[in-house]
Amino acid sequence: MIAARTFGFTGLALCLSTSLGAQSAIRRELVWGGDAEGGAPFVEADPANPSRVRGFDVEVAERIARGLGRRAARFVQVQWSSIDQSVERGDFTLGLSGVEDTPVRRARHAVTIPYFEFREVLAVRTEDAGRIHGLADLRGRRVATLGATIAYDLLVAARDSMGLIPLSYDDDVHPYADLTAGRVDAVLLDHIIAQRALRRGGGTGFVILAQPVALGHYVGVFARADSMVRDSVDAVLREAMRDGSLEQIFRRWDVWDQSQGALFERAVRANAAPTGTAPASHALAYLPSLAGAAGVTALVSVLSMLLAVIVGLALASARVYGPGWLRVAMTLYVEVIRGTPLLLQLFVIYYGLAGVVRLPAFLAAVLALGLNYAAYEAEIYRGALEAVPRPQLEAARTLGLSELQILRLVRGPQALRFALAAMTNDFVALLKDSSLVSVITVVELTKQTAIYATNVGSWVVPGALCAAVYLAMSLPLARLARRLERRWRPAT
Amino acid sequence: MSALLAIDRLTVRYDSREVLRALSLEVARGEIVAVMGPSGVGKSTALRAVAALQPFDEGRIVVDGFALAPGPVPPESRLVPLRRRVGLVFQAHALFSHLCALDNVTLALRHVLNQSRSEAEEVAAKLLASLDVGTRAAAWPSQLSGGEAQRVAIARALAPNPPLLLMDEPTAALDPARRSALGTTLRRLSEQGRGLLIATHDTEFARGHADRVVSLTT
Repeated sequence: MIAARTFGFTGLALCLSTSLGAQSAIRRELVWGGDAEGGAPFVEADPANPSRVRGFDVEVAERIARGLGRRAARFVQVQWSSIDQSVERGDFTLGLSGVEDTPVRRARHAVTIPYFEFREVLAVRTEDAGRIHGLADLRGRRVATLGATIAYDLLVAARDSMGLIPLSYDDDVHPYADLTAGRVDAVLLDHIIAQRALRRGGGTGFVILAQPVALGHYVGVFARADSMVRDSVDAVLREAMRDGSLEQIFRRWDVWDQSQGALFERAVRANAAPTGTAPASHALAYLPSLAGAAGVTALVSVLSMLLAVIVGLALASARVYGPGWLRVAMTLYVEVIRGTPLLLQLFVIYYGLAGVVRLPAFLAAVLALGLNYAAYEAEIYRGALEAVPRPQLEAARTLGLSELQILRLVRGPQALRFALAAMTNDFVALLKDSSLVSVITVVELTKQTAIYATNVGSWVVPGALCAAVYLAMSLPLARLARRLERRWRPAT
Repeated sequence: MSALLAIDRLTVRYDSREVLRALSLEVARGEIVAVMGPSGVGKSTALRAVAALQPFDEGRIVVDGFALAPGPVPPESRLVPLRRRVGLVFQAHALFSHLCALDNVTLALRHVLNQSRSEAEEVAAKLLASLDVGTRAAAWPSQLSGGEAQRVAIARALAPNPPLLLMDEPTAALDPARRSALGTTLRRLSEQGRGLLIATHDTEFARGHADRVVSLTT
């Protein structure tokens, strides 16, 4: 017993000293977070050594680490849209990856002085370059951008004032792919991203309009509690602007231009970064978008379910009545669809089939969800059809009804009653699964909530609102199903 | 006069077990014939074979000129003439649970005989009234008593006006008063020129109401 206790104390002391040692090691390096999926020239996996990252933001982080006297800058991968939340959680000290300077971000977190000035530029198809010169020429047209960015806010504002249709993407590659494919009419994004996309496409397919729509700045973001570190980093950035090391970094990555020089001059001259606060009306401004997104969720779900029911009925009928080969084919469909992720099916239908048929995002979303749920519906209907008692079918046969009439007038209606509860469950599940369609640019409730949360810098209110809207849609469904079941079930 | 129904040496086997061996009987128009025997003797099997719900192995069945041969049950498309000739009342009635009594009766009128809804409902209402369940037209099958359900099932089978009516154990769920009333109903149907073949193990009912009794033994 005593020996065990002694051993316990020794172990505790050992752990303590190890963890203290680890902490001092961490203190010696600057842990920074960014999204390598964003790619060059910001942050990308080094092709020569994919376990390392490279890019101008990587070098800026290293310059900051040096300036702070840290041993090294250690990179932590984080999804771009989650940088603010992760830095507040303490996943890393500094967020740096094309992070935009916005009033909301300044109000919520400790933000550095701007270290790079970018232009929000419009890209349009080459043949449209003569017609489209700015947002005002895009009335009724679809304009893509990355979600939760200044560009997206610009588009949302332009939707109301100019009547264009903003489309939000999760990445900055597909907007340009969809532009050349004709799915969208323009893309509004940072000039660095636009130029990179143009290079990737061999300089053809679209042009970048010379006149920028707006100017923006990249900043580093710290947790609100880390404003002291932020102040030190501001000093390091000013020093790097003065000594030319920042310019060298930008020149190495071929993103240096005259506007950076002007920005540096302003930053060095001014001692404090411009600050702003989030207007209280900002949160309220998102409510109409949330309501609209809830409408999209409802519409996608209803249309998908309709498709799922129709295809599911056909599949189930084929499995119950069809010849052997058809039954095998339908079983294969059901198993393949149920055995692969819905997300994969969404990508295949939207991006994979783009070479054959270029489906609009909304249609692709309804098709993917509908065809996926059809497999589940088919199994429910098959079970329900087989649950109709045999004497009911024999009675119908003796009356002279054809097989099709029996299915339509006797077996189908009775099976529907058996299937109703399971169908309602599926519809509620579909309602929630419809959030997946945001990966193919359909902005529905969850996506809009994520955008809202990123902008206000918190998930508490947006999350609660979003949950309330989902519940408001799913609870009446369950009630309706119970009522229908009661109505259709003959009273006993 | 040729028989409405002629069963000649009807034999049915399940696997290798013979459940019905060489049954022969005839039913004339206006005649009530009862097939009697204990449970499992093949009474229901014989009725199901006549209604082409069940294949048979040997023998021959002719219903008003339409012949059924041994072997698998033919597809429904070839059974249309038989369906017009034979009505079947199941032992457990097998009323369509999702339709009210009236709709159970109008189903064949509307969708097989292509009558209009109003036409079909008029015929059905009359049939139900003649069977003393006219007031139960709007009731669901689960709301009907055993006797009522049986009379609705008879009305449903009679709706397409088949000359031959088959009934499987019609007295199984009836009290004595109802049994007697059923006997009267069946007599009235036979007097309209129908042939009735009834499978029953109710000796008293068979003797009291059938014109002829055919006994099956194991």
